Amino acid sequence: MKVLFFASLREKLNCAELEVLCPEHGLTVDELRHRLALERGENWRAALFQDNIICAVNLDVVQLDHPLREGDEVAFYPPVTGG
Amino acid sequence: MYRSVSIQSADFDVTEQCSLLRSQSSQIGALAMFVGTVRDLNQQQTVNTLELEHYPGMTEKTLLNIIEQAEQRWSLLATSVIHRIGRLQVSDQIVFVGVASMHRGDAFAACEFIMDFLKTRAPFWKKEHGEQGGQWLDARESDYDAIKRW
Repeated sequence: MKVLFFASLREKLNCAELEVLCPEHGLTVDELRHRLALERGENWRAALFQDNIICAVNLDVVQLDHPLREGDEVAFYPPVTGG
Repeated sequence: MYRSVSIQSADFDVTEQCSLLRSQSSQIGALAMFVGTVRDLNQQQTVNTLELEHYPGMTEKTLLNIIEQAEQRWSLLATSVIHRIGRLQVSDQIVFVGVASMHRGDAFAACEFIMDFLKTRAPFWKKEHGEQGGQWLDARESDYDAIKRW
């Protein structure tokens, strides 16, 4: 699965894109966040668990309990400020 | 139903966009449009330039979805949304929303609806660059209040 980070979140993590293997039993968006925090440390935990972080899967906004599958494109980003 | 969404770094010409919309149908009796531009002061810092980032693919999809929602609520004949990305200067044009319909009520309402949802849903992010360096803009509470009325 491709995992993308945008804007201030990308800067905090110093990472724009990751490739993550989806386990056979699948995992939810929230479980992915926990896994990344566990693997990558406190900076990632603090950034990904801010309460205003939004998640999109395959270009649609989803909730934290959304089930992920291999091949999905996942994005985490802060509140939008376009227009 | 004419629908156009463009994410681009190039500037746009409002007259040209309005002509394009008007040419889509002879039933058009009203055209409402909005242009958003770069202001020079935000979050207590003098803004020199504005950097606009977006999520390619999702921005287009989101904007088309918003237009479709507007078409379900009002009778529209042609709609165009242009949003610029990259580095912009103070007073530069950022966004264009143009809506054409038979009568003005639909055009006015749909134009505002589209802007309100663009502000709260479309994955763009602004970063201001000034004397004190770069700073990402915070989302505004008032934008989220605005969508409640729809």
